[in-house]
Amino acid sequence: MMLVTYIPRMLPLAVLSRINISKGVLNWLSYVPVAVLSALLAPELLLKDGQLSINLTNTYLLAAIPCFIAGIYSKSIFLTVVTGMGMVVLLNRFI
Amino acid sequence: MTADFKNGVKAALPVVFGYFPIGLAFGVLAVQSGMSIMEIFLMSLLVYAGSAQFIGAGMLAAQASIGAIVLTTFLVNSRHLLMTASLAPYMKNLRPKLLSLLGFWVTDETFAISISAVAKQQQGKGYFFGLFITSHIAWISSTVLGALMGNFIPEPQVFGLDFALPAMFIALLILQVRHKKAIAVGIVAAALSIGIKLNVPGSWNIILATIISATIGVLIDQWMEKSSQSLSA
Repeated sequence: MMLVTYIPRMLPLAVLSRINISKGVLNWLSYVPVAVLSALLAPELLLKDGQLSINLTNTYLLAAIPCFIAGIYSKSIFLTVVTGMGMVVLLNRFI
Repeated sequence: MTADFKNGVKAALPVVFGYFPIGLAFGVLAVQSGMSIMEIFLMSLLVYAGSAQFIGAGMLAAQASIGAIVLTTFLVNSRHLLMTASLAPYMKNLRPKLLSLLGFWVTDETFAISISAVAKQQQGKGYFFGLFITSHIAWISSTVLGALMGNFIPEPQVFGLDFALPAMFIALLILQVRHKKAIAVGIVAAALSIGIKLNVPGSWNIILATIISATIGVLIDQWMEKSSQSLSA
């Protein structure tokens, strides 16, 4: 686990810092973080036990709404995470 | 202590706050999935990857094979390949050997801080050491603290601890979105990720959705450039 965590973090820094990268590639790379985080997040929120679950019993999906709002206004990882966890606690109590 | 190092430590503050609830959540869940406090400490010291550690602890509890754990970890971590690649052009001032070391400490959170810092101005090695070491210490201490508390928390769901990881992704995503095109790319990636996950076995959805939607982003840019050129002509 250590190696497969370390290699993807180290290799591009060690290699790509020595060569010039074209503008096109840089532009492509600029979209990668948004793409990868959306790809990780969407199944967490919208799938339940491997099935699409877009309804009011999906507490993760409901909690994500105030979580997004908190994040957009605060721009703080801490406040966003705490809001999300707090909402899940409330929703578990009432749903 | 250089001024650079101090700036790095200061810049780590939001990372420290961000790690704390996630690290606590990981520690609690990992202890309950059967890991010892020592194992959790070593995992946080040597692996140092929030989402991969969550997934690894879950697979250990499910008695998955070492091969399956390593491959899944690699797939989940492959996003850092793309993150460090986007950091590389801004860090040409540092020696490659040093970059090989600094790469160990690039997490989602430290990446977000680093990329916005180097986009403003070039940063020296002291800055990165300050930022990265402070963040790593915060991660180790919060996960070990969570592990110590784990035995006293029978139902982590009650505290919303299982939502720590999705909430972290939401926060990181918001920090990354800087223009409307990025939102479009994010929505495409989300839809692709779900579509692939429902139809293709394995964890390929993350890599495929990322590559395809980033390419679509570039195509939108090229198309907009062309149409603005033909308008002015």
